[in-house]
Amino acid sequence: MTSQKPPLLELVRITKVYPGVIALNDVSFAIAPGEVVGLIGENGAGKSTLMKVLGGLTPPTAGSITVEGQTRDKLTVQESLDAGIAFVHQELNLFDNLDVAANVFLGREFRKGRLKLVDNAAMAAAVKPILDRLGASFAPDTLVANLSLAERQMLEIAKALSLESRVVIMDEPTSSLTLAETVTLLGIIADLKSDGISVIFISHRISEVEQCADRVVVLRDGNVAGELSKNEINHDAMIRLMIGRDLKSLYNPPAREAGAPMLSLRKLQTESHPQATVDLDVRAGEILGLAGLVGAGRTEMACAAFGIDPVVAGEIWLDGKELKAHSPADAIAAGLYLVPEDRKETGLIIDFPICENVTLASLASISRNGLVDRAEELSVAEQQRQRLSIKTPDVRRAAADMSGGNQQKVVLAKWLSMQPKTIIFDEPTRGIDVGSKNEIYKLMRDLADAGVAILMISSDMEEVIGVSDRIAVMHNGRVSGLLERDAFSEHNVLTLAIGKVLEEA
Amino acid sequence: MMLKKDAGLFLLILVVGATVAIINPRFLSPINLANTANLIGLFGLFSLAEAFVIITAGIELSVGSVIALLGVIFVDLIVNVGVPWPIAFVIVMVIGVVIGLAHGFLVTRLGLQPFIVTLCGLLLYRGIARFYTQDGTAGFTFGQNFPTLEWLTTGRSYGVPHSVIAFAVIAAVAWVVLHRSVFGRHLYAIGKNEAAARYSGIQTHRVIIAAYVICAVLTAVAAVFFAMFTRSIHPASHGTFFELYAIAAAVLGGFSLRGGEGSIIGVVLGVILLQILQNLVNLLGIPSSLNFAVMGTVILVGVLADQQYARYRERRRAERSYDGDRAATAPAE
Repeated sequence: MTSQKPPLLELVRITKVYPGVIALNDVSFAIAPGEVVGLIGENGAGKSTLMKVLGGLTPPTAGSITVEGQTRDKLTVQESLDAGIAFVHQELNLFDNLDVAANVFLGREFRKGRLKLVDNAAMAAAVKPILDRLGASFAPDTLVANLSLAERQMLEIAKALSLESRVVIMDEPTSSLTLAETVTLLGIIADLKSDGISVIFISHRISEVEQCADRVVVLRDGNVAGELSKNEINHDAMIRLMIGRDLKSLYNPPAREAGAPMLSLRKLQTESHPQATVDLDVRAGEILGLAGLVGAGRTEMACAAFGIDPVVAGEIWLDGKELKAHSPADAIAAGLYLVPEDRKETGLIIDFPICENVTLASLASISRNGLVDRAEELSVAEQQRQRLSIKTPDVRRAAADMSGGNQQKVVLAKWLSMQPKTIIFDEPTRGIDVGSKNEIYKLMRDLADAGVAILMISSDMEEVIGVSDRIAVMHNGRVSGLLERDAFSEHNVLTLAIGKVLEEA
Repeated sequence: MMLKKDAGLFLLILVVGATVAIINPRFLSPINLANTANLIGLFGLFSLAEAFVIITAGIELSVGSVIALLGVIFVDLIVNVGVPWPIAFVIVMVIGVVIGLAHGFLVTRLGLQPFIVTLCGLLLYRGIARFYTQDGTAGFTFGQNFPTLEWLTTGRSYGVPHSVIAFAVIAAVAWVVLHRSVFGRHLYAIGKNEAAARYSGIQTHRVIIAAYVICAVLTAVAAVFFAMFTRSIHPASHGTFFELYAIAAAVLGGFSLRGGEGSIIGVVLGVILLQILQNLVNLLGIPSSLNFAVMGTVILVGVLADQQYARYRERRRAERSYDGDRAATAPAE
């Protein structure tokens, strides 16, 4: 299991606790020079937190980090850079208004002359050999805006090499690459390895991990679920380690059978995945879980149905009528509501009082002659506060003053004071404490039992399996499979999510 | 919170007013008060207009140019073309609506930045106004009288200038619209967080266009009052800097240029304070060339004080919220 060479970098018994959640629990991780380690795990398993600890972005609660024989209890960003740790980010951190060389040397520009002006020629000359080494086809003076995603990634790697990094961390590097670009990237990883540079390769695409990794570390719920050495790496072994925790029983069965389809998507095409179409029925009275990896096109589909993004092609039917939503106002008028992914940016107006957030979508019904009936507003908000047990001393307090769980209840209260036919929940409990989670699940069930169709987009496996009546799984912009309750398992969901077909029907 | 801010500004006005009155008792003479009040009314009209756009996180820079353009059109229509003044008034209002619609359309549907749209407006309308009169002065010829119009715009009732009455009435209506109506709530929501407003089903584009139309129409009303007040309009200089004056009044009154913050009482108090400062420069024998410098300094100090106070509040809120989070998660452990 352990490598024969002495480790370049070693994390020992790292624990990271956030309020209400243990992100990492006693995790040890080491990497040897020239080693490629695949780091895998479900969304929320702790991969990002572990990398943040390595990058010096967040200090661990306990544990130690050994770099170059020096042991510290945490790293700063500068220490991490000095130790030769470089990130190739999932969301690329590049300035597309600057050229390639300027990006590589940002913050450490070459200077010349008495006025210390930027020496563009020298920087371009310094970048050129690195680009050649990577086999890049673009020149140092190319504007980043003109580079493809794959080329930008190559630029990030070039940046890491110019810093003489010894460990390159790649976070989902292939998620937006074409097949040919992925092959090139895997070739670059092999080159880095032969130069003695270590790579931590974080990916959901386990076939790529299988191709490039010398060793695989699997995280699950903040723990190391297991390690696989080179000859043990295969699909089944990786999936087996990623799943297999005991799911607490969250399931409240519905009061009665689901009814007719309430929301139907027919050959729906969105701008994010124009090559794929979505066909999906959400029935009245059911909670349909929508699983899939980040970037599978779930949120984009919801935004198209809700009138935020344009529909490229296809039809949306709501309660027997075709819905052509050009704006959320159209969708809301028809009875389709969305509880968005980002509470603070799109769910709420965080500086507004709770009561004004609750009534924001239904002001017309509590106003006379265009004037808001403020007594009525307070009583509506007060009703919702009691119904959802929103914890606040006063509904006139700003929504910003509350915890995440209570904020999410306010977003819900906004829709519950109206007449929903279908509600789409996008990651309804992300960043919310356990108590509020269960209350939100119960509310969803009550709504379904009242005849509302619920579509729950979730990346939390426990939630998808524990709460849904049926699960639809998306992969690359289309529905790759539909599971009934007796076929629910992490194995099945994950298999469909990575685009594979289930073996037995 | 908002009330505290307004109360602070009101107190500042009282202190400045009292100080000026003690140093120079002429401040309180009926004639000085009436003149100052008249100016407050005139400048207040277009400052209220500006407030409706700033609340949406926009900006309207063409206020002064619109006042010049609509002023020369109004005077030309009633003096030279011979259009009855009520019809001329309606025509000017309609042009205001068209300008507002154009600005709103460019900002929302075409996605241009409000600063750029209205900066182009500033240049465009000023140019048209100058071309319209061939850079001459539009004014009333001797002996031409419009008694009703003059009484309505520049007359007084019980010693109160009608500009002040118009300002008070429009401010009262604006207060109801902004602070009590559904439309006003939508304006604040869009100013604070346009995405969340849209996700809540608010027709954000329509609301923003309406804000620009309201702004342009109120500016048109101000244009008529100013035309009748000055009686002769030189389009190259008439109304210059007025948009900046309006922005200053709004900012002084607690508006944030990021949108979603500010009150009608605030902008009214801001207008009053700015006029008292102008008056102070005259009455205290400060060289009038320092006029703008005094205004600039007071606004800077005011905004700094307000920001420091806001930071203090933010810190307290953060502490409270942290405690709240801990309380909320504790039982879950």
